[in-house]
Amino acid sequence: MARQLTFSIFRYNPNKPGDKPRMQEYSFEEFEGLTMFVALNKIREEMDPTLMFDFVCRAAICGSCAMMINGRPRLACKTMTINLPSRITVMPLPVFKLIGDLSVDTGTWFRNLQVKTESWIHTNKKFDPNALEVRMENKIAEQIYEPERCVECGCCVATCVTANIREDFIGATGINRVSRFMMDPRDERSDAEYYEVVGNEDGAFGCVGLMACADLCPMEIPLQTQLAYARRKMAAAGLKLQFAGVKIS
Amino acid sequence: MSAKHTHISDVLVVGAGLAAERSAIEAAEQGLSVIILSLIPPRRSHSTAAQGGMQASLGNVAMGLGDNPRIHLEDTIKGSDWGCDQEVAKAFCDTVPIMIRQLDAWGVPWNRVTAGKKKYASGVETEDLKEKEGLITARDFGGVAKWRCCYTADGTGHTVMFVVDTVVCKMGITVHDRMEAISLIHDGETCLGVVARDLRTGDLNVYLAKSTVIGTGGAGRIYAASTNAVICEGTGGAICLNTGLVPLGNMEAVQFHPTGMPPVWILMTEGARGDGGYLLDKNMHRFMPDYEPKKKELASRDVVSRRMIQHIRAGYGIQSKYAPQHLWLDIRHLGRKWVWNNLREISNIAMNFNGLDPAKDLVPVLPTQHYTMGGIRTNKNGFAYGLKGLFAIGEAACWDLHGFNRLGGNSLAETVTAGFLVGKEVAKYTLGATQKFDYKLVEGFVKQEEERINNLISGRNGKENAYEIKEAMGQAMMDHVHIFRTGPALQEGVTKLQELYRRSLKIGLRSSGQGANPELAQALRMPGMIRMALCVAYGALMRTESSGSHSREDFPKRDDVNWLKRTLAYWKPGADLPTLDYEPVATPHMPPGDRGYGEATAGPKAAK
Ligand SMILES: Cc1cc2nc3c(=O)[nH]c(=O)nc-3n(C[C@H](O)[C@H](O)[C@H](O)COP(=O)(O)OP(=O)(O)OC[C@H]3O[C@@H](n4cnc5c(N)ncnc54)[C@H](O)[C@@H]3O)c2cc1C
Ligand code: SF4
Ligand code: SF4
Ligand code: FES
Repeated sequence: MARQLTFSIFRYNPNKPGDKPRMQEYSFEEFEGLTMFVALNKIREEMDPTLMFDFVCRAAICGSCAMMINGRPRLACKTMTINLPSRITVMPLPVFKLIGDLSVDTGTWFRNLQVKTESWIHTNKKFDPNALEVRMENKIAEQIYEPERCVECGCCVATCVTANIREDFIGATGINRVSRFMMDPRDERSDAEYYEVVGNEDGAFGCVGLMACADLCPMEIPLQTQLAYARRKMAAAGLKLQFAGVKIS
Repeated sequence: MSAKHTHISDVLVVGAGLAAERSAIEAAEQGLSVIILSLIPPRRSHSTAAQGGMQASLGNVAMGLGDNPRIHLEDTIKGSDWGCDQEVAKAFCDTVPIMIRQLDAWGVPWNRVTAGKKKYASGVETEDLKEKEGLITARDFGGVAKWRCCYTADGTGHTVMFVVDTVVCKMGITVHDRMEAISLIHDGETCLGVVARDLRTGDLNVYLAKSTVIGTGGAGRIYAASTNAVICEGTGGAICLNTGLVPLGNMEAVQFHPTGMPPVWILMTEGARGDGGYLLDKNMHRFMPDYEPKKKELASRDVVSRRMIQHIRAGYGIQSKYAPQHLWLDIRHLGRKWVWNNLREISNIAMNFNGLDPAKDLVPVLPTQHYTMGGIRTNKNGFAYGLKGLFAIGEAACWDLHGFNRLGGNSLAETVTAGFLVGKEVAKYTLGATQKFDYKLVEGFVKQEEERINNLISGRNGKENAYEIKEAMGQAMMDHVHIFRTGPALQEGVTKLQELYRRSLKIGLRSSGQGANPELAQALRMPGMIRMALCVAYGALMRTESSGSHSREDFPKRDDVNWLKRTLAYWKPGADLPTLDYEPVATPHMPPGDRGYGEATAGPKAAK
């Protein structure tokens, strides 16, 4: 017999005068292949048209739909209810600004991150439309692709102790993003320049290394390896700068 | 309520996908002020979901040696079944190699050539040259003479989208995400900007600019089953159509991708077949070679999709919990390493959504709505017909690179190439234009939207349910305007859609509609979506020939004498059907001929 599922969902619309945060329950019978994407849309279309949440690709590719499902951050679109108990608690991601109900503003947070960490290729070379591309080993391209796969879902940020107390901490995703540029031969930044961006408590040194984030990345990015790589590189750069007599905070 | 904020810029770009952002970069580079609007953060745009790759005739990989823009052009024209604009196609094929290299300089980690002998699962044996080592490589894709699909594993759209957005961040271009354009502001001659609804607060904003670029992507969600993201609702086309002045071109040209995965209809990339995957029927028979001995699984998409449906109709489909009828995609023979390295994204999808491991399991597939060839009709420089200062690019546009069938890998390539080429034209036009201010006119457009919102909230026009209407529209398109089409079925579809259209004008909300209310957002989009759907259905009904993906069983042949022309669909005020007009299609580079695959060379019926 099919299970009766109960969804206990966080409700709060900050734009509605007088609205107060609360939990609201919805119940229906489970059916084959039910994902949280299907479930939340069913609730909105059939039970409560005011419910706010975000889906775009519904294929675990775009990173829009992260939320706390029974206390753990997950991409809702690829979460099958069959793997959950019959009582399902759904909360918005912490750290990010709440837009309403399950919808949070990851976009603004991530754009700030890109700008703060200058996450783009820094080079003095001018693009020559008539020249061949600069050669690169395929192995290196594959190495860059690994951290590049981050979909900016925010799952790693939501569970991070540091991010929950330090507003400006860039999180595992931020450190991973910077490490992607560090391993890219096209980016001409020196270690000292990277140090300026992430060699501080809001960056690589803010991470306390407990790896709460590691198993949570829905893209299975090897965050542990990426964080260690960035920290090592930054520690070495810091030492070098100290030897050179540069005062570092 | 009245407009909360008014924003003024030189250029307004509606959309933040690849096409939109690439054009914004080009305009900003000329020192113009640019504002980008998007439903969602730019990097979540549907472009990011593209898996397979991007066509460019670099000719580095062994199977691509000797490639050049001319061969790419011939493939594109053939693929389009001679429906494309050949001048646009030529400019595109000539430019796209430069685009790929520029993306490389910006940071895309393109996969590279490794020298040495290789044996592919498809049986192809090659040897990559030492002198090409480290240059950008390519894979095979449907309907091409040379391997030219450049890729980063199977996350090409993701890497290209992210890298283009890094340039937008670097240049400091303003992006207003969660901001939906809901109507175009114009004075009958010139486009002045848009009215937009803030999806964070529900407020209406006004954006005014010397030029407005629409890069809002495809309209796949007018079909109930589509590989497209849920936001691909075609609103950019709809707001242009609503002016009564701007036509949509060739909306009946809709691509169905051979390998959508039921029951969720997520795409299994063509790269899976490009890399050597097979299609199997219920007898585990590889049937495509029976129909298409030369191109097999890699004939163009319209052909493979038709063959699949034909084969299912002949009784060879599989019935399972995934779908009432489907076929299998088999990539097991590519080996675990290849499958989980080069086809990792789709392997994850098969695992996440159906618990299948493609290295050892078959994956259910069925042709699924995938791409909107039609769109806002523009000239070859990207100027929309009907209004000055209005441009369109990417999947939202009918620039007409694709005619009646788009080649796989040509769309991502189109987004950045059009972004670059049209972006330059936008900049040129804008530099010579003056801003028109007509506050009374603007106020009128805002009022109109306010009234629409108030009527939906109060239920003054009726109490129809937005979600029910949307579902019925999607189903009507599935039942009557799908891969194989006939006059009577299309007529029935048109009648149903007209009825739904009338009902969509009587939608009333069940909720309060306050703030960033999602029901209101859907309700506002519905009449426009159905108008788009009617342009598809009615255009298909009137086009009494078969061409590319438009396949009429009652008119199975292409008819160049009567139909070498492009449909232009207008929506006149108060109408409940589009008005159709036609324009000739020129063929300066390659006269109409036989594609060398598909109907004209139909082989014997399937063997047992
Ligand atoms: C699953 C899948 C895989 C694909 N794989 C490939 C491939 O391998 N190769 C290939 O060449 N092509 C592929 N395609 C096709 C290709 O990805 C798309 O055609 C292309 O990315 C479209 O880009 P775009 O910039 O035109 O639009 P999109 O990337 O869809 O962007 C549209 C933008 O417009 C915004 N928008 C929409 N409406 C509004 C509005 N009313 N107001 C404000 N903003 C709005 C959205 O927020 C978004 O930012 C694939 C398509 C799918 C569905
Ligand atoms: S390891 Fe670092 S980034 Fe990850 S959760 Fe812990 S503090 Fe945060
Ligand atoms: S690193 Fe992983 S968990 Fe963190 S934002 Fe990126 S994809 Fe999400
Ligand atoms: S909707 Fe895109 S990741 Fe879930």
